[in-house]
Amino acid sequence: MENVQAHDELRDPLMIAEGWMREGKDVAIATVVETWGSAPRPTGSHLVIDREGNFEGSVSGGCVEGAVVAEAADVLETGKPRMLEFGVADETAWRVGLSCGGRIRVYVERLG
Amino acid sequence: MDPHLLKQLNAERQARRAVVLVTDLGDGRDRLVREGDAVSGDLGLAVEKAFRSGKSGTIEAEGRNFFLNAHLPPPKLVLVGAVHISQALAPMATLAGFDTEIIDPRTAFATAERFPDVVLHAEWPEEVLKERPFDAYTAVAALTHDPKIDDFALVSALKAQAFYIGALGSKKTHARRVGRLKEAGFAEEVIGRIHAPIGLSIGAASPAEIAVAVLAEIIAAFRSRGVGAAEMEKAA
Repeated sequence: MENVQAHDELRDPLMIAEGWMREGKDVAIATVVETWGSAPRPTGSHLVIDREGNFEGSVSGGCVEGAVVAEAADVLETGKPRMLEFGVADETAWRVGLSCGGRIRVYVERLG
Repeated sequence: MDPHLLKQLNAERQARRAVVLVTDLGDGRDRLVREGDAVSGDLGLAVEKAFRSGKSGTIEAEGRNFFLNAHLPPPKLVLVGAVHISQALAPMATLAGFDTEIIDPRTAFATAERFPDVVLHAEWPEEVLKERPFDAYTAVAALTHDPKIDDFALVSALKAQAFYIGALGSKKTHARRVGRLKEAGFAEEVIGRIHAPIGLSIGAASPAEIAVAVLAEIIAAFRSRGVGAAEMEKAA
């Protein structure tokens, strides 16, 4: 059991963000700030991203993480936080979205 | 986010203290609120609610949008007694997301063979709680029937305002327990916080069934944290 708990701590996105920061990396933090309908991750969930595009944590079940990572690159560049909104996947337009039918808002900010 | 704030936030989380991170979604400024800190106005009411419910969310106050991220410590479950019920309850509680520990000074009971995957303290509660005290995010189930082992843990749980306290034992056993706690100076309504008989009434018979009943009661207590029993009944 101690192993499981240690493992959980290792995967904690905010702990990872602090570790990256200590290594001198630029870090962006994405947070689910609002959900409607059946959203895969609750409000308060985090995805943390570094400048190389490495990421830990999640804001959905893997549906929109790619788009959030791409936006995070801009946020790291400009330092300006950004609000993203994702809805149901629009398959005909090949837009990213949530297949579960929910809608989420994700706040992306730079650490520091 | 301010890097210094992230360090503070992580330190508070590791120390098992509840905090709410408030972010102004307009200008990106954030601040850390500890439980008991005074925050005025509508924002203060929302922060208070976030502490009680553990739910994060976006609110509007003073014409601005704020995101409140509630960081409550993960619930811990301490089983006093490395008994047959604990052998079923410990893995179930771990699956349900509780950091689970067992305390039992009887080394014949508290063996790694009987409890292969759980934090096990083969010591008296007096010793263990010196190093690892209960807090408001701890559930305590006293399962030995032996006052020499259970009572100290129950008294500590009452003092620490553990969110759930349960004690195994017949009506007679519990009546004697209540008598001892009264003698120790606890008021009746405080003693009334102890769930006894332990577990939801589902007709549980086997140790594993009793474990289900106890875990369900603990989850009900955890999810209604800060909500009075009457309000829960209204909602149900």
